[in-house]
Amino acid sequence: MPGREGFIYQYRNCVILRDHKLQKEDLWVRDGKIINPEKLFYVEKKKADIQINCHGSIIAPGYIDIQINGGFGRDFSETDDIVEDVKFVAKSLLEFGVTSFCPTLVTSSREMYKKIVPFVKKQNGSSDGAGILGLHLEGPFISKEKKGAHNEANIKDFKNGFRDVEEMYCHNFDNVAIVTIAPELERCSEVINELFNRGIKVSIGHSGANLVTGETAIQQGANMITHLFNAMLPFHHRDPCLIGLLTSNQIPTERTVFYGLIADGIHTHPSALRIAYRVHPKGMILITDAISAMGLPTGKHHLGNQSIEIQGKRATIAGTNTLCGSIAKMDYCVRNLLKNADCGPEFALEAASLHPAQALGIAGSKGTLDYDTDADFLLLNQDLNVLATYIAGNKVWDSGNVPGL
Amino acid sequence: MRLIIENTAADVGFWAAKYIKRKILDFNPGPDKYFTLGLPTGSTPMGTYQKLIEFYKAGKLSFKYVKTFNMDEYCDIPRDHPESYHSFMWNHLFKHIDIEPENAHLLDGNAPDLDKECEEYERKIVQAGGIQLFLGGIGPDGHIAFNEPGSSLVSRTRVKTLAQETIIANARFFGGDIAKVPTRALTVGVGTVMDAKEVMILITGAHKAYALHKAIEGGVSHMFTVSAFQMHKNTIFVCDEDATMELKVKTVKYFKGLHNLHEKLIEEKL
Repeated sequence: MPGREGFIYQYRNCVILRDHKLQKEDLWVRDGKIINPEKLFYVEKKKADIQINCHGSIIAPGYIDIQINGGFGRDFSETDDIVEDVKFVAKSLLEFGVTSFCPTLVTSSREMYKKIVPFVKKQNGSSDGAGILGLHLEGPFISKEKKGAHNEANIKDFKNGFRDVEEMYCHNFDNVAIVTIAPELERCSEVINELFNRGIKVSIGHSGANLVTGETAIQQGANMITHLFNAMLPFHHRDPCLIGLLTSNQIPTERTVFYGLIADGIHTHPSALRIAYRVHPKGMILITDAISAMGLPTGKHHLGNQSIEIQGKRATIAGTNTLCGSIAKMDYCVRNLLKNADCGPEFALEAASLHPAQALGIAGSKGTLDYDTDADFLLLNQDLNVLATYIAGNKVWDSGNVPGL
Repeated sequence: MRLIIENTAADVGFWAAKYIKRKILDFNPGPDKYFTLGLPTGSTPMGTYQKLIEFYKAGKLSFKYVKTFNMDEYCDIPRDHPESYHSFMWNHLFKHIDIEPENAHLLDGNAPDLDKECEEYERKIVQAGGIQLFLGGIGPDGHIAFNEPGSSLVSRTRVKTLAQETIIANARFFGGDIAKVPTRALTVGVGTVMDAKEVMILITGAHKAYALHKAIEGGVSHMFTVSAFQMHKNTIFVCDEDATMELKVKTVKYFKGLHNLHEKLIEEKL
């Protein structure tokens, strides 16, 4: 139900995440933004129009998933109606606390990019679904040696520099938020530079690069690592490769290297998770990297030309033990991080909200409960289960577990 | 005067809050009859404010028909500076109760014309029907509000330059850096507070003991501006044991002997 224009909502009896701490404070919202009640009281001399009792819930910023390949049976890289698929997933994600996301395309053919890239528009979230922050183009400019589950036939390089990138993505960068590239590819500097100048974030991944190559890419404008540990060379004590970026001293001090991490308990060992957390907590971003099988019930499913079996928290190629991608929901990842990293709820919540917002350069409006930011927030219980989801101050999903909401 | 001697600072806060609640309920305010309260800031009244908030949350007291006038505010720091008195009052009282925003009055230390701001404030108090009960604290040098030693005992709301001792005492709120403490403030005058129907001064802690002694056992002197309230018909001093350390045993014994009478002042009516 949309909020009334000019109406002031006061969420009371809650604990909110602000200034990196959970504090007993009320949350005030008007016209889709979080507002400053002290200023409201002294300058506008106004009070709340509606007070909402949150019954002791935690209020946190809505989660932001910057790497998600589909879900609920929809696959963003294999589709004839991308707009409909994105819309369906956007709506389904609300239940799991995601209020904004970057639909992700794995390495695809130019024909597929032509069908998809120009049509997925950045848009605000609403009761119809989570907001779209832009596409995450994970490929095709990656390393063949580190392709992971990507289709080798579609992997390309950019020997003609940025022209090749423009060609591949149909000269349409308006809808793109992130591009993952392997920084060892020839003419990479030029590509990173061009993308950076267009305000697109460059993520390093699916790469066999050593540490120096990674550092150069960061110095040139890349600012994140795609699913840390996966599809890259492992840590070696004489060349830590891309994992060494977490502790590199060649990064300009005012910049942070962010890294996506799949905290489903399966794709990253809890010990590896703890190493990353202890060594460079500020940079950790929780991603789901979810495949189309996410959200489907236990059992066998035919998705595209694959037969996938879901058992418990694992998705394998039917009849084998081979993992075929992650199916964890974002709120599960947050709870799992909390359990395994001993990091406290504030950090677990920020890894899914503040950090991705910072990485995308949108922390001035998303990912926090700061005054004058967008009122995308969640009501959670003490165990960080989602009780209700709000976008622009409107309730877009309700578990039914908070009386009178 | 009445001198209420409680055991601890927490007891002082509780007694004062009960007294304020009793006065408001007896007054029975309504849309045509507001109860006006004068309010201080600082560590002394925090316990009182906490208790008033508890009374409100328990449904025992409403501030819907209460108007407040704070005593003072710093000049030259923004309204939302964490150490401004606007911030103090918002965080320690206003945000927790049901007072109407237009009824919470504070001086604006950033007003373009400070003298005019002070005159306006006096006028607003008169317009509100005067102050029923003015709550106050006492500085270590015996001052009330920012009426530093040497302030006229008939002074009105005005701009004051802060005394060195006050600046030092306040440095703890500005990271211990004296250079960051504002040097000017707007303050109600001694005369302004004297105009209230009733005045209640809270004093807690051994470091205030000498000031209390000068205020009630010395003469009326502009060097200890709180002493002016010896000339007010209805003054209550509420203090803890530690603050009595410089008083004569005779004074303390006399007022402690009136304990039963004092309890009647705050008893809950059915």
